[in-house]
Amino acid sequence: MNKPLTIHHQDTLELNPDTHLPDLHQDTFSKTTQGFWMYLMTDSLLFATLFCAYAILHTETFDGPSAQDLFSLSTAFTETMILLLSSVTCGFSMMAALRNKKNQVLAWLGVSFLLGASFVAIELTEFTQLVQDGNSWQRSAFLSSFFTLVSTHGMHVSFGLLGMIVMAAQLFLLGVTATTFRRLITFSMFWHFLDLVWIFIFTFVYLMGVV
Amino acid sequence: MTHDLSLKEIQKQWHGTLKSYAIGFLASFLLTVISFALVVTRLFSDRIVMYAIVGLAILQAIVQLLFFLHVGQEEDKPRWATIAFCFTFLILLIIVIGSLWIMHDLNARMMPGM
Amino acid sequence: MFGRLTLDAFKHESSQNGAVFSMLFGAICLIGLISYLKRWKWLWNEWLTTVDPKRIGIMYIVVVLIMFLKGFGDAIMIRLQQAMSVGDSHGFLSSTHFQEVFSSHGTTMIFFVAMGAIFGLMNLIIPLQIGARDVAFPFLNALGFWLFASGAFLTIVSLTIGSFSTAGWLAYPPLSGIEYSPNEGIDYWIWAVQIAGVGSTLSGINFLVTILKMRCPGMTLMKMPIFTWSALCTMPLVVLAFPILTATLYMLTLDRYLGMHFFTVDGGGNYMMYVNLIWAWGHPEVYIIMLPMFGVFSEIVPTFSEKRLFGYVSMVWALIFIAFISFIVWLHHFFTMGASPTVNVFFAIMTMIIAIPTGVKIFNWLFTKFRGRVHFTSPMLWFFAFLLNFTFAGMTGILLSSPPVDFQVHNSLFLIAHFHGMAIGGVLFGFFAAFTYWFPKFTGFFLDETLNRYAFWCWLSGFLLAFMPLYMLGFMGATRRLDHYDASTGWHPLFVIVGIGAFIILIGATIQFFGLFWSIINRKKNWDHTGGDPWNGRTLEWSISSPPPIYNFAVIPTVDQLDPLWAIKRGEAPIPQKRYENIYLPINTPMGLYIGIFSLIFGFAMTWHIWWLAIVSFVSILVCVIIRLSGEDEHEIITVAQVKEIEAAHARRMKSYE
Repeated sequence: MNKPLTIHHQDTLELNPDTHLPDLHQDTFSKTTQGFWMYLMTDSLLFATLFCAYAILHTETFDGPSAQDLFSLSTAFTETMILLLSSVTCGFSMMAALRNKKNQVLAWLGVSFLLGASFVAIELTEFTQLVQDGNSWQRSAFLSSFFTLVSTHGMHVSFGLLGMIVMAAQLFLLGVTATTFRRLITFSMFWHFLDLVWIFIFTFVYLMGVV
Repeated sequence: MTHDLSLKEIQKQWHGTLKSYAIGFLASFLLTVISFALVVTRLFSDRIVMYAIVGLAILQAIVQLLFFLHVGQEEDKPRWATIAFCFTFLILLIIVIGSLWIMHDLNARMMPGM
Repeated sequence: MFGRLTLDAFKHESSQNGAVFSMLFGAICLIGLISYLKRWKWLWNEWLTTVDPKRIGIMYIVVVLIMFLKGFGDAIMIRLQQAMSVGDSHGFLSSTHFQEVFSSHGTTMIFFVAMGAIFGLMNLIIPLQIGARDVAFPFLNALGFWLFASGAFLTIVSLTIGSFSTAGWLAYPPLSGIEYSPNEGIDYWIWAVQIAGVGSTLSGINFLVTILKMRCPGMTLMKMPIFTWSALCTMPLVVLAFPILTATLYMLTLDRYLGMHFFTVDGGGNYMMYVNLIWAWGHPEVYIIMLPMFGVFSEIVPTFSEKRLFGYVSMVWALIFIAFISFIVWLHHFFTMGASPTVNVFFAIMTMIIAIPTGVKIFNWLFTKFRGRVHFTSPMLWFFAFLLNFTFAGMTGILLSSPPVDFQVHNSLFLIAHFHGMAIGGVLFGFFAAFTYWFPKFTGFFLDETLNRYAFWCWLSGFLLAFMPLYMLGFMGATRRLDHYDASTGWHPLFVIVGIGAFIILIGATIQFFGLFWSIINRKKNWDHTGGDPWNGRTLEWSISSPPPIYNFAVIPTVDQLDPLWAIKRGEAPIPQKRYENIYLPINTPMGLYIGIFSLIFGFAMTWHIWWLAIVSFVSILVCVIIRLSGEDEHEIITVAQVKEIEAAHARRMKSYE
């Protein structure tokens, strides 16, 4: 098994009978990963717009509490670590899939799910506390933009959790196939992307808020 | 459809290795801890801390893009995903910086107290 | 149980009842017709569940034509009102109804006519031009269409149940906020635009990947047809600008539904931020609808000049440059909002710069015709009308790009004249040209050329009469969206002329619609006997039969130069060999339609605050998505024998024409 690790499509695809030129890049895997990447680009602009709104409105506290008054850095740190860890465990599940080890894939996916669910739980607790203290999204533009930006990320994470359940079901029933592996890859792209966005949330919302 | 790739062929294309995840995790962890530490301990002035955490965030974003999302590591040229990322990033900067500039300018010209 | 939906929603002003009843009547007639002809199964199998871009493209065009009727009807009402409502007379529309009409006009024309037109054309033409059998994501493509149709239908529902927005096609807050517009109108607008916007984003992703990945062997980027290039430059705009719209409307929705303070007057809200963000989307949007039409003309001019496009490379770079710069000019839509001179001037200069590559394109088209053999077919006539009106309106755009000038005429009829010159002169005339040009490809017969010409002259003269006086009215101080004015302004005679112009356009549009049906009825007379190449074309779509077989190309072509069909005709490239293989095509699926229907229900439920229905329809969408993402991609196989028979049948038809 001395095949090189990086391969080119030209080596594997059938040659077009008429031209004997390879059909380039038209396999489902290649198209899907590229298409999903483009979707992540659209999501980047979506978050960018919400970040923009936060940047513009975060000083508009309308005589209410500001970021400094409200944010707990220990909570933010915990959430960051949990999400980072779940990103890595997601990677581990991918590596198990590389070796066709279905049970390991499911196990690591399960760990990622638990971590992701904890993240959402902590975030919901934070929100609930704020609302109970009278600092809901209706209090000021600052709070509106905070709740919206952070909850949009949280909703993406929640959809990711749902996706994980669907993925797990498919893997359980079908094992690691070309199709499930491909879907696992798109899921992991999504999950890593969410961790990427979170970097900017904990920096610009929580850390900046307290500085 | 006779041209679709098999599982083995797809698996050969994926770039994740234990090494890349280990480096990515370690670097992200460290960068995060430093960021939080800078803010919590207040060793430096606010200004320095602000620039530092932004720089650290950008650094960590690069780390995650390279080691988790494997940007720039496509085999097939031209690297459309990388090009798409660069262009998206450029437009993102334009929209965000442009909007911040515009809104700051507008707000500065509002009546006091508004 | 029904949220805030009550029987009152079904009561309308007398001026609206006519529209309501005629629409309901039309819908009943259509349903009756299909039932009478027993075509429900055919409709389901061939159209509603299809993932064939050729079919989806036709469905886009059908929706576009229907929505054009709605938008144009709005326009006629506006012009009629303004021609009548002077001094003591107040016309026939109440103020509220008038506001609904102009809001509906803009929303319909931009989101459901222009956007539908470009995606319809891309569905039809791109796979054929790049030598592909399908798009990259056939299901996503179909879903994009159904979301588009869903948004369009939601605006139609708003005509019968409740009322539409009165805040213009962009719904600026605070007027569009919950405090000043608590009723359902803005919500209808929000959901229709959001749903259609998601559809556009998904379609954008699809075509971007299609053009990058599905080109036939040998077709490098610089050997692509220019229409495909225009689409390739447009897709990044779609993919990157529409999320801004999604996020901004999302924030407006949160203000309205959850009492947030993004754009409110109190609570620290900043409604200027809405204007900024919406135009950060809005400017790329107008280039999104325009660039493919540049591509259309770049195909038509060479064909009807019997000469290849002059300066292909510079045309490509011009497209790329325009696409990029279109992201850096958006503030010119709100020079008067009060930014400082530095900010205004920066965007003014950027706006002036974008005129340069556009000018390059205009000259290249002219140079293409120079020493060519020009055929004055109706697509070519539309090109000349485009040349005249778009260039003229473009120049008024340069005037507007100067803040001091803009301060005088912003939001006046001068502005209206400018952007209608761009939208009608550019987008609409481009669509008409494309429709006439590619119609034979997808039907196998021509549109009646005589009727085309009558329609053309009505449109051109009507357009000039309806929009040139608006420039004067703008200078005379007439603002946009006026439903009444004093006689002392002296505007009335001009408004009458403008009304006459609109009426002449109405005649033109009527001839077009009649002409379409007339051509279908008389298709045997206008049959294309050339075997799929009626205009002596240069690109791959003309190398296959009209209409194309379901698989487009029996043999995927290989190209080695620009204008590959022209190369074959000149003997510079070999005719493709007939080595057939089994062809795999994706099977039909109703999921796109289902998700579209559930989205429609969701939008309606959210508009009327029927929360249980909103939850049920949203969950249904999720379920559909999960089901779709859980299956294996199935395909139907077209065997070599079947391909042979289809190709042989085409050859036999060709022989019979000789």
